[in-house]
Amino acid sequence: MMQEKVLLIIPCYNEEAALPALLSEVAKTAFPDSYKVDVIVVNDCSTDNTVAVAKQMNVLVLDLPMNLGIGGAVQSGIQYAFNNQYDYAIQLDGDGQHPPAEVVTLLNAQKKYNFDVVIGSRFVGNGDGFQSSFIRRLGIRYFHWLNRIFTGNQIFDSTSGFRLLNKNAIALAANNYPDEYPEPESLVLFAKAGLKVKEVSVQMRERQGGTSSIGKSASVYYSLKVSLGMFFTFIRH
Amino acid sequence: MVRIQLLTIVVNILFLVYIFRLIIKGKLREEYAIVWLICTFFIMIFSFWRRGLDVIAHFLGVFEAPNLVFTGAIFAIFIYLLHLSVVASNLQNNIRKLSQEIAHLKLAIENREIENIQ
Repeated sequence: MMQEKVLLIIPCYNEEAALPALLSEVAKTAFPDSYKVDVIVVNDCSTDNTVAVAKQMNVLVLDLPMNLGIGGAVQSGIQYAFNNQYDYAIQLDGDGQHPPAEVVTLLNAQKKYNFDVVIGSRFVGNGDGFQSSFIRRLGIRYFHWLNRIFTGNQIFDSTSGFRLLNKNAIALAANNYPDEYPEPESLVLFAKAGLKVKEVSVQMRERQGGTSSIGKSASVYYSLKVSLGMFFTFIRH
Repeated sequence: MVRIQLLTIVVNILFLVYIFRLIIKGKLREEYAIVWLICTFFIMIFSFWRRGLDVIAHFLGVFEAPNLVFTGAIFAIFIYLLHLSVVASNLQNNIRKLSQEIAHLKLAIENREIENIQ
């Protein structure tokens, strides 16, 4: 049987605490036989032992010599998927928020509906695995609204990094992907390129270690930067 | 010639020499030097032609000649800062591409070493 190649991209910045548990969980996850799943850890110039920890676990490691931000790190993984002809690339955050078992949910949704991009969402259906703060929910509503204006898509969890890209989306993102806070902005990019984006309900967890990339004071900057990014992506493409 | 005129001309020449030295040593790229050379050129003109500022201000309808200097200088500074932001953005893009390329190469080398051992 012809297996489809899947690349799990795990962007990491100082995740030595959470990474071993996550990687062994991935190794234990039973993926359907029709997929051949590889794991690549992208180290975004961590100051801790993320690389050593990852190498011990026998996975592919992309070691960036400079800190590029989450988008630049994820894009490096997507480029690897593109160069090595993977059928699907799935982003899985290094802090353990995205349960590896839910990867199967994304793959099944792709198989069933043939979307180009599948987003694992906390807010569609009965996603009750993870509750976030009020401010964060407010932001997420705002981006839902902004996304509807720019793309016409109903995406509720546009900041979710738990995503599957198929070959079309991989080819696009390998060349063109925002480096800072890429999630909502890339949705505009995908929609403008005519890719089909859909979200499915998944269970998420609290982070297992490390800290969020967005602090409270940074959330205003985050919203402004992302709004601008979405607007200009909309104009440009 | 008035003392201030002499002073401006001397300072200007020193500035010009400094820019030339930077270019010769390779510390300043020519494209960024252009704007500084133009600046010295204008300062030089007005240090010789003292009435020039008044003439131009009058021509443009500016009552106080120094205001023209401030307006012009601030405008030029803003434009140049914008230009520097563009330069910084370009550099950031290039650095991203380089970093990614290096990461890919490192992984490729490691994979090859592992193959050789096997």
